[in-house]
Amino acid sequence: MKALELKGLGKTYATGRVALGGIDLSVEDGDFFALLGPNGAGKSTTIGIITSLVRKSTGTVKVYGVDIDEDFEAAKAQLGVVPQEFNFSMFESVLEIVLNQAGFYGLPRRQALVHAEECLRQVELWDNRHERSRTLSGGMKRRLMIARALVHQPRLLILDEPTAGVDIEVRRLMWDFLSELNRRGTTVILTTHYLEEAERLCRNIAIIDHGQIVENTTMKELLAKLRAETFVLDLKTPLQAAPSHPGFPLTLVDSTTLEAVVERGHPLNELFAFLGSQGIEVLSMRNKSNRLEELFMNLVTDHNRDGKAHV
Amino acid sequence: MSELAAMSLTQRYTVSFGTIVYKEVSRFMRIWLQTILPPAITMALYFVIFGHLIGPRIGQMHGFSYMQYIAPGLIMMSVITNAYANVVSSLFGAKFQRHIEEILVAPIPEILILLGFVTGGVVRGVLVGLVVTATALCFTELHVNSWGITLAVVVLTATLFSLAGLINALYAKKFDDISIVPTFILTPLTYLGGVFYSIDMLPAFWQKLSLGNPILYMVNAFRYGMLGVSDISIGVAFTVIGLFCVVLFLFSLQLLRSGVGLRT
Repeated sequence: MKALELKGLGKTYATGRVALGGIDLSVEDGDFFALLGPNGAGKSTTIGIITSLVRKSTGTVKVYGVDIDEDFEAAKAQLGVVPQEFNFSMFESVLEIVLNQAGFYGLPRRQALVHAEECLRQVELWDNRHERSRTLSGGMKRRLMIARALVHQPRLLILDEPTAGVDIEVRRLMWDFLSELNRRGTTVILTTHYLEEAERLCRNIAIIDHGQIVENTTMKELLAKLRAETFVLDLKTPLQAAPSHPGFPLTLVDSTTLEAVVERGHPLNELFAFLGSQGIEVLSMRNKSNRLEELFMNLVTDHNRDGKAHV
Repeated sequence: MSELAAMSLTQRYTVSFGTIVYKEVSRFMRIWLQTILPPAITMALYFVIFGHLIGPRIGQMHGFSYMQYIAPGLIMMSVITNAYANVVSSLFGAKFQRHIEEILVAPIPEILILLGFVTGGVVRGVLVGLVVTATALCFTELHVNSWGITLAVVVLTATLFSLAGLINALYAKKFDDISIVPTFILTPLTYLGGVFYSIDMLPAFWQKLSLGNPILYMVNAFRYGMLGVSDISIGVAFTVIGLFCVVLFLFSLQLLRSGVGLRT
């Protein structure tokens, strides 16, 4: 069953700016789906339309088969949303915020308390439940928004850059939490700027740019399309200049750091054999950047150049 | 989700509506020093200055002391100001801090959002009205000619100005926009709405002009409920108030449904 189905979804603002140019997208029930794109690509507009904060210009949106034009209330009841910006009252306590949200969805206070405790414990905020939300740290505020979005037990959770601005420890805690949530059956759609996050968490991915879907596939297939990877090699002894090899473009970053671009399918043994023959000893090696980040940049750059997606 | 699915739509909507009202009432009760207490102090000053110091020089009006005559108008003035202020500041604040999105993303029909905010405004208006009445009782005796008319006028007037505050908040884009209407429209209309005088005292031209002021009908209907005297026929007053309520209600609902000021 499809958790979300978008057909020809378009949004043109009153200024004439086209934010979405008629996109088609579907997310299966139980999926962990990534929606990636640069700033202004149309990710938040898409989420805004699904959650009713933005009015669509064209197309249809179905949440678990329910068309938002026919029964928006029924569609919204199945959704939980974690927006990009903090959007709770700074004067309410953590518990009040979560309880009120449950109430807005129609959950009576007694049941809401049970759910609120469960959600706040899951995100490790139960001990802070009586604190005013404005006193929380950035990471705690993010976790509060997740607890609030889950209190009515939605089938589909949409997170718009949920880990923006949080430290790596909190981010990893949230990754584990979201993975567990998905494992227990909640469909998750994630937009993020941390591509490593999408690579680690998501099974399927769509890349959106200038209001168009430029790629929509599985994470595995997408990563398989990578043309080349860049490795950073830490050397034992300093070099004056980078050695030259026709198969591996090599660049000297500093006297003891060498970068090597390796085409997919090209064995690394060959690189090490060459370096060995030059008397260069390698102490350690790592990927220069996230693989998905490279691919993402290729896709977006190519799309901007000629309006088509290339990898 | 299963718990929600097991509930009827009416049950869910009742909880949703109750939560909006609860949130609204909690908001103004949390800051009662800014919302409930100031009208009592302001009205106490009105009673001291206009009632005790100036009132005796004015003498009786329609058979009542000046203090007794202005008391219903002052109570109504507080109800109007506070019902309006509650909704305009709460809704604009929610828009500004973006926590209005908590309600917008939830499965709540627009009419319940409207009724929730308006009920919050009515509760504050009535509560402040009671506080000001208690203050008035410290200075003068008050009689109630008709409890039914008195309560109906208070609730209808608070509803009307809560709706007006909601419309203001929907259109407002900055904080200045929520103070312009109270400063330049609401306050002059209230002061010229017969709070401190009977329109019988005005020249004919100004009497006729005053009839275009909707607040005159509310103040006089309330004064009739309490003292049994009014410059306006009570039937006409109720018709005007009722019509304004219906028009503003339908207009507010249309604004909410079309997403003005809330959805892009």
